[in-house]
Order: sequence, then structure tokens, then C-alpha cells
Amino acid sequence: MQIKSLEELSKIKQESKGKIKPRLHRDTTATEKNILVCGGTGCLANNSDKIIQILTALLKTRGMVEQVKVIRTGCFGFCEQGPIVKIEPDNVFYVRVGLKDVKEIVEEHIIKGRRVERLLYEDPRKKEKVHTQEEMTFYKKQLRVALRNCGLINPENIYEYIALGGYEALGKALTQMSRDEVIETVKKSGLRGRGGGGFSTGLKWEITRQQEDEEKFIICNADEGDPGAFMDRSILEGDPHSVIEAMAIGAYAIGADKGIVYIRAEYPLAISRLTTAMQQARELGFLGKRIFGVDFNFDIRLKYGAGAFVCGEETALINSCEGKRGEPNYKPPYPAEEGYWGHPTCVNNVETFANIPVIISRGAEWFATMGTEKSKGTKVFALAGKINNVGLVEVPMGITLREIIFDIGGGIPNGKKFKAVQTGGPSGGVITEKGLDTPIDYDNLLETGSMMGSGGMIIMDEDDNMVNIAKFYLEFTMDEACGRCVPGRIGTKRLFEMLHKITSGKATMADLDALKQLAYMIKDSSLCGLCQTAPNPVISTMKHFWHEYLAFIKDVDHPQGEGRYVPKNKIGLKS
Amino acid sequence: MTQPQEIGVTKPLEREFPKKKYDELESFINSLETTKGALIEILHKAQDIFGYLPRDVQLFVARKLGIPGAEVYGVVSFYSYFTTKPSGIHTISICMGTACFVRGADKIAEKFKEKLGIESNETTEDGLFTIKDVRCIGACGLAPVVMVDDKVYGRVKVEDVDDIINTYRRKGEAVCR
Repeated sequence: MQIKSLEELSKIKQESKGKIKPRLHRDTTATEKNILVCGGTGCLANNSDKIIQILTALLKTRGMVEQVKVIRTGCFGFCEQGPIVKIEPDNVFYVRVGLKDVKEIVEEHIIKGRRVERLLYEDPRKKEKVHTQEEMTFYKKQLRVALRNCGLINPENIYEYIALGGYEALGKALTQMSRDEVIETVKKSGLRGRGGGGFSTGLKWEITRQQEDEEKFIICNADEGDPGAFMDRSILEGDPHSVIEAMAIGAYAIGADKGIVYIRAEYPLAISRLTTAMQQARELGFLGKRIFGVDFNFDIRLKYGAGAFVCGEETALINSCEGKRGEPNYKPPYPAEEGYWGHPTCVNNVETFANIPVIISRGAEWFATMGTEKSKGTKVFALAGKINNVGLVEVPMGITLREIIFDIGGGIPNGKKFKAVQTGGPSGGVITEKGLDTPIDYDNLLETGSMMGSGGMIIMDEDDNMVNIAKFYLEFTMDEACGRCVPGRIGTKRLFEMLHKITSGKATMADLDALKQLAYMIKDSSLCGLCQTAPNPVISTMKHFWHEYLAFIKDVDHPQGEGRYVPKNKIGLKS
Repeated sequence: MTQPQEIGVTKPLEREFPKKKYDELESFINSLETTKGALIEILHKAQDIFGYLPRDVQLFVARKLGIPGAEVYGVVSFYSYFTTKPSGIHTISICMGTACFVRGADKIAEKFKEKLGIESNETTEDGLFTIKDVRCIGACGLAPVVMVDDKVYGRVKVEDVDDIINTYRRKGEAVCR
């Protein structure tokens, strides 16, 4: 069946809404129950699939399949406490559910209507059981826009997406808005690219739109290579339709009829959910010819990445899409002017796309009320490392790091002291105690010497040695540098070797001097963003943790240490 | 110098590929609408079929597409997902993402390497295990993470390494017999 108008869509929406009624706004009149089980990668690794199997089997033997539905959803975000089982409309949130707990959930909760207290989340500070999701400190300060449907709907069922207003934005854009109005709305919303650079999305669309070419392309960058970031993966696994819908809206706005999702081959679950979603979208006519009955055709195909961090850079990504080595090109020309096979191409990241449908349906003004002056909306961060609540969180821009790490993240485990947080992955830098109260947005993070990047946040405690961390990142960028420019190919290798010399206690003060000089040299002379930012971990750790570098130094010429060494260049040793 | 070989054990390197596999690859290439820009796609398929991308397979692809072998090799060697070495029956992927690193993935990797006597991207003598470093599999909540084939082991401790290896060694021996 093909949906050709907003009225038809609205009819389907009403029908579908009934099916997910128990999950909507705590509808207590619902006679059914929904058991939502997290089907994200983290929880799946902890047997959440088996939990679903056992639940279904138990409900079957009790003859309750009609009244109680088991649904496999996308990621809830609270990965530390997985597998997560949520029961609606009772609003009960069970954590760390084991296989042996399933029977108790069915017998106690479903049949007798009593909560299984021991499976509830316990607030580590108050030592009290928390009864609902809203009361958890982890969720309290969050604002879910890009992740709005993750953990709520079954990503493999298009009707559940439609029930929550899915594809309405596409219908609205195609039937009620001109291309320029769509672009204007996105521009006005203030949405900036969530992949790292923070370029205005609306502006990018506008530039692509203005190019005169018969063929244009829209590409979704789903090659999440940043170690420690998994938001794109979770969105694709938990809400693939929002990305498809947004790509269609974008294609309409810029005048493209072909889209590509460039996705990591290492994300098999995301690939399979996306493939299913695309199939369903085609069946209902959201992809294909004459979408919503207007003169607009659009379809998407997948291209698999093959493991290269640099392919996150848009020109490299386009080269890889063309089947070549993923090496970046000089910019300009920008892909918006000359991209895939020489045609104007708009490349946006998964999280950026996930914001688009809500912006279109709820309006630019609504979106612009969230966030700070220059960074609007929300940002998804992946909290990992030495933190109590590892997981995926979405917060309004302008929140402080302290709130994210200590309120939402629950602080540092084992009573250790917070030392630093690395934001922006290998391209970012560390932020210490002093920077914890800075409101987070693109510009403030750059000022502190780090960057937004894709949104990975790795928290380190007092046990971590920062020189080792810098070395770890350098090893990564050294491996991943594409080899096209000399600073990237040889510079990063020398930088890594110097760090290795330092951590093995063989370096002198002169090496530290050279390290710093080389770091700035690579920063200034590399071809693309990957290597321009590669020395950031070194520069920022040197700035904040100079004494840790010094501790490794064995200075034979100047046994007194730094005071007596005269640097040979203008950059100098001390920051 | 040739390595001494145990009787009955075929070295993975000396595996000969039946024509059937080449036919499968060929029909995949023929089924494509256009081969323009499809090299990476084809190599993905080839690696699915053969398990890795030996020289012969690369040259086969090059001839089929009418491009120089060097271009194919250039792409194969650029991407970490492509491998020119055969892998063992079980692939042990140790996540080297930052989250895993700060929670001690390097020590786990060391232990695996020590126990199996191989380095990363190498295969044990008996062809049972290959160790690979992977860059973040996105299950940071379970850090440090080790993945054997498709099974994910979360919150791995150095003490668990023996158990993991033994589980697969027993399975592997059963397969070999």
C-alpha cells in the first residue's frame, strides 16, 4: 500500500497509535501491557535477546500473548545498567535483568501486579530504590530530541514510527512547503552539523541547492570511527526511519533524487535495521517515485565503509563512495559544489539528520528555544571511561560538563578523584577540573582547547597517566592517517615515537621541546582535519599536565630539570 | 625455508580455492548495474566468499574490472577491514576504543598475545585463533570488551582470558577432528 497524502498518513497514524497506546503518556486506561526490552548492542551482548525469548515463551504458556506484548526497542541509553526491561503503562524500569529474573517479572509483576523491588535501579548516593525512569538522576536533566524514539519504539516496525508522528514532516515539506522554505526553516533553527565541525546545516543545504547541475546527491555519514562514541550507531539501531525521513526532506530541499548512506561494515545490526526500514519505507511510498503524490522521486542505497577513520571527513568519504582510497581532497571546491562524481553533494551526519523531522514538524522557533546563543538544540554525548553511569545522554547545549559528569553520569566510581575528560575523540583535547563549569557549546569547547567532535566523552580518574593517554590517541591517528600529506604520514609517526621515548623514560628535555614544536608544525601544515587536529591530545595534555611529562624525563645534560634548559625555538617549553 | 608440517593439518595459506568461489564472485560482479565506483563493494563480497583477499583474488578482480592490479591493492591496503592474510577459525577482536583502553584493554590484549604466542593480526600455528585489534565496537558500557567471532564478552578481566581461550579451543578441536 502506498500513502499518497497527509490525510492517508493521518489515518494510519490513528490506527497505529492504538497499538502502542500503553506506551503513550502513561495512558492508564490501557488494558494491555507493553514490555519493552532494550535491543541495543550493549544489552544484546548481555543476552537481552534471550530475555525476549523467555518472556514470550512464558507469556504464551500463560495464554497472555494478547494482553501483554513484548517489544524489542532501540537503546535506552543507560548502557551501564543493561539489560533494561521497562513495563508500560506501569512506568516501571528494571535494570540489569538476568535470565533467571524473567520468571519473577512475569509471575510477580505481570500476574500479581507487584513490583520486583530488587530489580529496580538503586540511587548510588541515596541508597534508595528509584521507582520510575523520570526520577532517575540519569534521565532527569536529559532532553531527548535526536533520541526521541530510541527505547520507545520497535525500530523494525514502521507503523510504530508513524504512530509517533513519523513521516508527517516529509509530507508537510513536500505538500505544503517550497524548497526554499524548508531550507529557511533549517537555517532559522540554528542547527549545526553534529559530526564535529559544527557548520550550519541550513547553509550547507542552501549552497548545494544553489548549484546548477541536473544531478545532485545527499549522503548520510554513518561512518562513526571515533573510538568511544556510539550515538550514530544507537540512532540507526533505534530509530532508522528518522534518518530516512530526514534524508528525503534534505533531498527535496537541495534538489537531489539519490541518497547514499555510507555506513561502517562493523555495524551489522545497524545495517540490518536500516535495510529493513528502507524496505518498509519503499512499501509505503516514502521512498521511490512520486512521493506523497508530488513530483519528487528519491531513493537511498547503502555503501559500506571498510574501516578508515579518515573517511569521516567528507571529501575522503566521497572518494570512498566512489570505490577509491579514502583520501581527502583539497577544499575548495567543497562537496556542496563538486562532490560525488563531480556533482553537488550534501554530506550530513546521522545525528544531524535525526533532528530534521522534528524541526520541520515543530518549527524552527521551537528548536531555537533550546541551547545557547550560537549553538541551538541538543547534543548527544557518549559517556564512557571512568564514570558510574556509562551510556548515551542527550542534553540541551549550554549545560555544564559538571552537570553531565556528576549529575547525569553519577560521578567517578570507586571513590576516585576526577582528573580530566577528553571530548571530541582523538581530535579533541582534555578538559580539567577548571573547565568543568563551562557551558558546553561548539565555541566554548574550542576555547578550552578541545572540541565538540562527534560527542564522545571519555572520563579519566586520578589513576590515568595523561602522557599514556596522549600516546594512545597518537597511535590511533598514526594508524589512521591516510598517508597523502607528509605531516600526516611522517609527522604523526615521529610524534608517536617521541611519546614512546618519553614514556619509556629515555627522553630528555630537548625531546619535550621537539615534541611541542612538531605538534604545532603538524597542526599548521596538514592537509585535512584529521591530522590538523591529531596533535590536540598532546598539546592539551602538555598544557594541563606538564608535570606528568616532566616526571618521565631523564635529563642528563641538565640534571636540575626544566629550569635550566633553554629552548631553541620560539614556541618554547612552557605553555 | 619450508615449515615442518603436521600430517593432516592443511595450512590455511596453502588452501586452494575451488573454481566455484571464483564463479560466485564473477556472477556477483556481472550482476552489478555498473562497475563504476563498485570496487569496494566487490572487495567486500570477495572477502565474504574467500575469507580474505589473497593476491590471486585481487588480480582476478582487477582483470574483471579492467583496472591495474596496483589500484586494487591500493584500496585493499588502505582499509583496515580488508585483510590479505587468512584468519583462523576464531577471530578474537579486542576493542581498543578509548573507553576500553582506560579500563585496561591493553592488559587484556597483552594476556591474549602472551597466551597464544602471537601478535595482533597474526594467526596461531594450528590455525585456530587470529587476534585483531578493533577500533571501538560501540559497546562502551561493557568496557573492556572482547569479541570472539560474533559473541561479545563484556567487562573482561585478565583472569577471564584463559577461560575464553579454552572454551573455543575445545570447540575448535571438535571441529578439527
